[in-house]
Amino acid sequence: MSVLVNKDTRVLVQGITGSEGTYHTSQMLEYGTNVVGGVTPGKAGLMYSGKGDDQFTRPISVFNTVADAKAATKANATIIFVPAPMAADAVLEAISAEIPLIVCITEGIPVKDMITVNAALAGSKSRLIGPNCPGVITPGECKLGIMPGFIHAKGSVGLVSRSGTLTYEAVKQLTDVGLGQSTCIGIGGDPIVGTKFIDAIKLFNEDPATKAIIMIGEIGGSAEEEAAAYIAEHVSKPVVGFIAGRTAPPGRRMGHAGAIISGGKGTAAEKVAAMKLAGIVIADSPADLGITVAKAMGLDKPKVVAATRPLAKVATPKVVAPVVVKTVAPTITAPAPMPKAEPIIKEIPKSTLAKAAAPVAKTTVKAAPVKKEAVKPTPAKEVAKPAPAKKEAVKPAPAKKEAVKPAPVKEAVKPAPTKKAAKTTSAKKTSKK
Amino acid sequence: MNIHEYQAKELLRRYGVPVPFGKAVMSAEETGTVAFRDFVLRGISTIVLKSQIHAGGRGKGIVVHAATNQPVEVAAKQVHGVTVIREGNVADKAYQLAKATFGNKLVTIQTGAEGKIVNRMFIEEGCSIGTEMYISIVLDRQTGKNIIMASTEGGVEIEKVADETPEKIIKEIINPTTGFQQFQARRLAFGLGLSGDGFKSFLSFITKLVSAYEDMDCSMLEVNPLVLTTDNKIIALDAKVDFDDNALYRHSEFNDLRDLAEEAPLEVEASKYNLNYIKLDGNVGCMVNGAGLAMATMDIIQIAGGSPANFLDVGGGANVERIANAFRIMMSDTNVKAVLVNIFGGIVRCDRVANGILQALQQVEVNVPVIVRLEGTNAKEAQEILQNSGMEFLVAGNLQDAAQKVTQALSTKVKV
Repeated sequence: MSVLVNKDTRVLVQGITGSEGTYHTSQMLEYGTNVVGGVTPGKAGLMYSGKGDDQFTRPISVFNTVADAKAATKANATIIFVPAPMAADAVLEAISAEIPLIVCITEGIPVKDMITVNAALAGSKSRLIGPNCPGVITPGECKLGIMPGFIHAKGSVGLVSRSGTLTYEAVKQLTDVGLGQSTCIGIGGDPIVGTKFIDAIKLFNEDPATKAIIMIGEIGGSAEEEAAAYIAEHVSKPVVGFIAGRTAPPGRRMGHAGAIISGGKGTAAEKVAAMKLAGIVIADSPADLGITVAKAMGLDKPKVVAATRPLAKVATPKVVAPVVVKTVAPTITAPAPMPKAEPIIKEIPKSTLAKAAAPVAKTTVKAAPVKKEAVKPTPAKEVAKPAPAKKEAVKPAPAKKEAVKPAPVKEAVKPAPTKKAAKTTSAKKTSKK
Repeated sequence: MNIHEYQAKELLRRYGVPVPFGKAVMSAEETGTVAFRDFVLRGISTIVLKSQIHAGGRGKGIVVHAATNQPVEVAAKQVHGVTVIREGNVADKAYQLAKATFGNKLVTIQTGAEGKIVNRMFIEEGCSIGTEMYISIVLDRQTGKNIIMASTEGGVEIEKVADETPEKIIKEIINPTTGFQQFQARRLAFGLGLSGDGFKSFLSFITKLVSAYEDMDCSMLEVNPLVLTTDNKIIALDAKVDFDDNALYRHSEFNDLRDLAEEAPLEVEASKYNLNYIKLDGNVGCMVNGAGLAMATMDIIQIAGGSPANFLDVGGGANVERIANAFRIMMSDTNVKAVLVNIFGGIVRCDRVANGILQALQQVEVNVPVIVRLEGTNAKEAQEILQNSGMEFLVAGNLQDAAQKVTQALSTKVKV
């Protein structure tokens, strides 16, 4: 068992012929994801098998619309690699076609567009993951995202996170301590996301294969507090939490559009306090994510396969290093075994262990402050401090972030009026439903 | 993206939102000339002179000398960020105040002790204030909808009102399907205790304000104070606008509104290379791919006994040019005593990053210990490349190890 995706998930790729769509489709196919079709308006009938270094293991049928693709392939999930100016339209199209699971990788979608998407999602038959997220993976079954597949291992821990590479860090640590993951959900770093922590936690709570949950939050908003209140009431599985950004200054956007402490709200300290009150075991250091989960599950001696590599200390004078510039695309295939080395687990203080062994003390859990926190109607001003804005955003296209985010696809950038019209139509269609 | 008050008001005026008559000025001389020509000659006897910086609390803030940090004085009085001039030779007084302010620093509760240099000022026609109120529109993240917040407590920070007297905040959520409706405008007006002409004036005001907010893709629009004049008119006496950075591509006209003087020079420099850099006060620089991991890396630097000198997301590309620029920008901060490079290569291969680092270090002089942690695709090859490079790196195997090596570097002052 797992949540959201498994070996039976039939996947569409929206924006399949763009460079990001092509590359990641090749990676998903390598992983074994059942990609059944692609959507690029105007390219229906094409049997697409990649381009350049990114060759698919088999050709994929391309369709003009999501509805056509669904009718022909019986797809039940879609992943979106459409550039930000058209991404909301792509999500609305998928909602209109009643695709049950929509993953939107695109970074940089305007908030106004996401407000429309959010409204269209309410009462629809679709669930949206993201935007601005790495996607979802059930190890060994289905990779519906851009995460590096080989760091994952089938296992018992459900992972939900607002981040990209920090998620990979957590995944690797879970794999290294031998726990693996049931499913990993990257919910995305934007202020409005389709699936919040609380939604992901509900899924994991009902999944028998998930024995423990780790939630990786960050500063900004109150989604972690809302999830904490839910966990206090409803979740008896061990839950571990981490909040990134304890050292982040207020009023500044820390990379993610949603990661900002505004009006003194959304600090790491607040979130950690709410999570502790809910019985969530907090990992204080991002280096201890895997170990903390192991301890919370009552495994005080998890098997550790993390490599502690030797220190490089070459005392010779500076020399120019040979530069190897390979043009071959990275191919990620079978999980590469990590080199075994000395365990890095240190002695665990008894007190920590005791706490961890009984991670969810229900009696202390229903403390009022948590609920109050969650019910509070968030009066915080979104941007109270005159922080200088994120600079690269001034440019017409969002910055390319290869590892985590899709880059805008050049040829697809259409003039705004066309796009606006298309979006309105699509939104209307959805709201009538 | 933030803009100045005078720019915000100019934009609001285009949407028909009532704002006082005003002119922006760039020097003391211009202040005197404009005050005389555009205000005094037109029979305006009361003017307000406002320093334009990207920070609030200007009215109570004081102007200090840029070099000495001593408060400046005009006519034996401290100079504030906002001054009402209503008597005597108004234009000359404006000139004197502007002369004392331009090029000096304004220190407010929001700027911190270092203050901000004043390069632009704004002259406005004074108005006779009847009541001061508060109104703002922001995104409510919980519902994923825009929310209007209004309060009878004008001129006060809304956070303070929210903490102390939350019942004084009236809220209206804008339904994205139906849009802002007149019954909501009336509810806000009644909630603010308005009646008669003031009530009518408010209905028109709020409707225009909402369309300005939505049309310009704002992420925040705050009018504080919102004023009911003694002759029962609603007018925006101050205005703060923040744009949604993600939507700037559809508002190219806003590019001209950016004031680079308001931004930290290193951050402006970093933005040229699409590096997401935020300068902080610590002693350990860090270069990371991904925002979440970057924040976590800052946190681990603190756990290791240091403090982060910056937030820096190099993104996934991590090519030589980006890495070299990242090192150069980090090293321009003289507080940096060590650098931690933490890259989790998912799509980007670690061996490429390692080669990028080596090449970058040929271009940029780095004279502090460099701790490198490369994880993910081809991590092993990357470590070999670094170790065989002939350069001294502290190569860390995992995050824990990286933290320990930061501690070690800070305590032993290892030289590279």
